[in-house]
Amino acid sequence: MSSLAEITVALGDAVEDSFEKGSDDDVDTWVRVKTSAWRDAASTLREKLDYDYFCFLSAIDWLPSPYGRGEEDPTAERAAIDSTIRQGYTGGATRMQVFARLVNHRTHHGVTLKADVPDDSLTIDSWVGVFAGANWHERETHEMFGISFAGHPDLRNMYLPTDFEGHPLRKDFPLLARIVKPWPGIVDVEPLPGGSDEEGEAE
Amino acid sequence: MTMLGDRQQLAYIASQAADARVNVELETEGMTLNIGPQHPATHGTLRIIARLDGEQVVWAEPSCGYMHRGYEKLAEVRTFPQVTALVNRIDWLGSFANEVPFILAAEELMGIEAPPRAQWIRTILFELSRIANVSLFLGDLGVQLGAITPVFFAFRDREYVLNLIEGATGGRFHPNFDRIGGLKDDLPAGFIDETRVVMRKMRKFCDEIEGLLFGNEIFEARTRGIGVIPRDLALQYGLSGANLRGSGVDWDLRRDQKLPMAWDKVDWKVWTHPDGDSYARCWIRLQEVRESTLIVEKLLDSLPSGPVMAKVPRIIKVPEGEAWVSTENPLGEMGYYVVSKGELGPFRVKIRSASFNNISIVPWLLKGVYVPDIITILASLYFILGDIDR
Repeated sequence: MSSLAEITVALGDAVEDSFEKGSDDDVDTWVRVKTSAWRDAASTLREKLDYDYFCFLSAIDWLPSPYGRGEEDPTAERAAIDSTIRQGYTGGATRMQVFARLVNHRTHHGVTLKADVPDDSLTIDSWVGVFAGANWHERETHEMFGISFAGHPDLRNMYLPTDFEGHPLRKDFPLLARIVKPWPGIVDVEPLPGGSDEEGEAE
Repeated sequence: MTMLGDRQQLAYIASQAADARVNVELETEGMTLNIGPQHPATHGTLRIIARLDGEQVVWAEPSCGYMHRGYEKLAEVRTFPQVTALVNRIDWLGSFANEVPFILAAEELMGIEAPPRAQWIRTILFELSRIANVSLFLGDLGVQLGAITPVFFAFRDREYVLNLIEGATGGRFHPNFDRIGGLKDDLPAGFIDETRVVMRKMRKFCDEIEGLLFGNEIFEARTRGIGVIPRDLALQYGLSGANLRGSGVDWDLRRDQKLPMAWDKVDWKVWTHPDGDSYARCWIRLQEVRESTLIVEKLLDSLPSGPVMAKVPRIIKVPEGEAWVSTENPLGEMGYYVVSKGELGPFRVKIRSASFNNISIVPWLLKGVYVPDIITILASLYFILGDIDR
């Protein structure tokens, strides 16, 4: 039985969607579980299928940045930015998603678990009871994205000062350096003079 | 506790009981000891807050963030080729190794693969960064435990390796040499012969360090049985590299993962140690430097000819998708989770660095140890500040 099939059976109706990439012996798996099943999914994978190595936990903010890529002239009128939220692999319904990676250290197969974080409460269960190593990762995610983890012992800031306002890795948190001054690195992708090889090949 | 022998275990219990008696009799008062952020033994700006009861740590907590540079945010406003210049500075002692997983992730999304010669050279430079990085650890280890000599040997011999990296890439610490689709340049003339000479020198260096440190009675007394990490806890905390293999888990991403690199083209050995203590972690790193020199020599023997760059459009747009690629870096598993939306730059980059996970076990590990052992344990976990804070 393939790894994905095993996972789907073990997690049962907690699975919202799944995705697989790669060839036979080198396959990477994504599974999105229900928000309410986030913690149980981790313990099921750990207990039943030996996914005992905790790799990382973090979050993605799927809102396209309202500031663009910071490469435009700041004095010019800003072009309209499409702010429709499109989630990546395994889809989703919310702006924020948490994702984490677990690996079976015997078969070396890894799975990326994802879950939606409800927009109104921005809270999801903590993994600390399942993987002690999730502690710091959840603290980091909390300060960078403002997501709360129910059951986490101590969601203090890891990097930022205690009274810091805002959540830097959210897309609507501006990177001020780019707004004050356009990024000079943009010249890197201008076509070379004297050549019309816009889609040209490197030598 | 299973790692200790019966005699050791009895001695341990006896000493604990003696401590408990002393504490009851003397009614000692707690004291908070602040180590760092500026402290010679923390090699970087890591601050450890420890609450002590006599000489014993009751509670300890590292405080990070003195060097947080926000690379995940910065990467979102860079183009793909520009990101390598950032990630170079995460683990600054083995910079080239930081670039590789990011480039591999971008290549995976684009569906291209570097030509064989580029894969070989990448692997060689990767191993050279490991040698440069870990050899400095071996020297530094001595200093932290009170032996001054090894660090001079380490700085002297690491320079040969840095010269090689500089010769090939132009940068001693920040090569920025890896490109999507291959490498910036081929190897310079004379590199192969020079590398063989240096690899022999590095093996001699390992012998010297082994004689100086690992055969030393004081060193053994300071590291054996100190900071024991049980196997399943190591997995739970996501420790990687020598810290994981030191706890008896036979797992090396170079061997156990399919990547377009050249590690699977030569024979080499993954070293593990069952003890899980500080000595085991240090011993594995020593063996790994030796093993790396052998890997480099074998790769040089089988270096294929051909181009070092695949056909890549000059303006790189990475198709929409998500990719996770991690490699066995000098400090442990370093990986990038790259989300692309088909633009010039990534939509989100999650940088999974080895030291962040490796250090997250410290609050658990420092409970109950004596003050001098704090330094031993931190030294043996081996972290680099840039790799914790990113």
